[in-house]
Amino acid sequence: MSRAHVYNRDHINTDEIIPARYLNTDDEQELAKHCLEDLDEGFVDKVAEGDIIVGGEDFGCGSSREHAVWAIRGAKVQTVIARTFARIFYRNAINCGFYLIESPEAPDHINDGDDIEINYEAGYVMNKTTGAEIKFNPLPDFAVEIINDGGLLEHVKKSM
Amino acid sequence: MGMTITEKILAKAANKKTVRPGELIDAKIDVVMCHDVTTPAAISMLVEKGIDKVFDKDKIVVTPDHFQPAKDVKSAELHRRLDRWARRHQITHYYELGRAGVCHALLPEQGHIRPGEVIVGGDSHTCTYGAFAAFSTGIGSTDLAAAIATGKLWFKVPASMKLVLNGSLAPGVYSKDVILAIIARIGTDGALYQAMEFVGLALSEMSMEARMTMTNMAIEAGAKNGIMAFDDTTKRYLDEHLKDEKEYTVYESDADAAYVRVEEFDCSAFEPMVALPHLPSGGVPIGDCAGEAMDQAYIGSCTNGRIEDLRIAAKILKGKKVAIRTIVVPATPTIWKQAMDEGLFDIFYDAGCVISAPTCGACLGGFMGVLAEGEKCVSTTNRNFVGRMGHPKSEVYLASPATAAASAIQGKLTDPRGYI
Ligand code: SF4
Repeated sequence: MSRAHVYNRDHINTDEIIPARYLNTDDEQELAKHCLEDLDEGFVDKVAEGDIIVGGEDFGCGSSREHAVWAIRGAKVQTVIARTFARIFYRNAINCGFYLIESPEAPDHINDGDDIEINYEAGYVMNKTTGAEIKFNPLPDFAVEIINDGGLLEHVKKSM
Repeated sequence: MGMTITEKILAKAANKKTVRPGELIDAKIDVVMCHDVTTPAAISMLVEKGIDKVFDKDKIVVTPDHFQPAKDVKSAELHRRLDRWARRHQITHYYELGRAGVCHALLPEQGHIRPGEVIVGGDSHTCTYGAFAAFSTGIGSTDLAAAIATGKLWFKVPASMKLVLNGSLAPGVYSKDVILAIIARIGTDGALYQAMEFVGLALSEMSMEARMTMTNMAIEAGAKNGIMAFDDTTKRYLDEHLKDEKEYTVYESDADAAYVRVEEFDCSAFEPMVALPHLPSGGVPIGDCAGEAMDQAYIGSCTNGRIEDLRIAAKILKGKKVAIRTIVVPATPTIWKQAMDEGLFDIFYDAGCVISAPTCGACLGGFMGVLAEGEKCVSTTNRNFVGRMGHPKSEVYLASPATAAASAIQGKLTDPRGYI
């Protein structure tokens, strides 16, 4: 099952996702040990592979550190669902092939601990605990293309 | 319909006649800024993908700054990876320790920023360079890798928002107060995905240093870039700082360009501002928070670590003693030397401040002034997020160098106008 970890707050920033004190490395596994540390100290102990983070508006605001995406991916989180994402975080995620789900409504229908299933192609989030089904706008085609290529570098390599 | 300055620069970079907000473009990059936190990862990616090359060794500017001089073994490793790469590719503009400085203060000062160009950097405050009528934005490591290797990046053309700064600033009120007031009004996502275009009398009266403080914080309102028109002040700065290539193209917004939003501000009514924890949008006039006890004052960073900022702080600290730990960080070696030559170091020393080498240091809670649990710091930096300067339970209060200096003397948030 994919459990939802709900943080019912706007502006969850990159310093909370991966504090700057850990930026002296770019090792994903190392970063993952401190994922969300300043937001929820217990997060890394309770997160399991395939789980989902749910946030409010402007998720990932702040620094351009891609380390924020790596820390989340390194913690084996499947995706982040938020009402909106901060610009650089959103771009970084696409560039490193990590699918994000932007949906103004979905957070209203997910409680902490709910079992979530996502259909990326059809664009809906299924809450298996409550039975709710919420549609979201899938990422634009060019972004999906980058993700399918395995990230921006593989994508540009094709045209080099 | 006309185009904004941002649209014109992006159209040129994409080799198109016109572009419209929302359009996806492939833009040619003129300058790529690289520092010690995000670049080593970009280098590793390039090596791993077998595309370890640079698009133009003259157009990549490299400076370690976040953890320099190295604060521990891990950051020393980052510096070594950056150093080996810069040497391997014979990067022309590689600033090593002794010449390295806080990136966003260093690049304009060393003449790497020209109007009309597209500049990207592996740092969110790369938006600073928009003060020079350039398009400039922060990117992450993967984008950085792609920009380094290809000199090109995809962009979605941002819609523009116009911020009209009417009136003149009163004494004791600075560009930092203006940008804090703006972000307090529009919010940390008030300009999400947009270009923030600043115009108006108050802006035209500001020095380039003061202008950079404002474009620096465009990202704190979620903007993709901050931008300002070229004028005599811009020209004077460039005449002084550009080195070899002195040519550039000046673009201006058309009178009938489209803006998604226009916000007017009466700057003559602004007071010194303090952004309370934990968001840069938490700005309130000093009158609403004066008296709050502080443990530390920090004067430095890419927002307010320039010579003008140090002069403002020194003027207030002259002949006074600080009541709390006060850390002064000249942002680049040139600023450091200038401050020393002008006698500012004597003033800081006599007042009881410590003067650091140019570094990002404590601005991001790295080193050189990290806060303990429960401590409060009045800081001239740009972010006051939870844990930004140290312990997650410490607090950062953003303010101008004048307010930070006055507060350092009193040991509590203080209106600088009493010292001017
Ligand atoms: S001084 Fe602070 S905000 Fe500026 S680049 Fe360094 S860490 Fe970032």
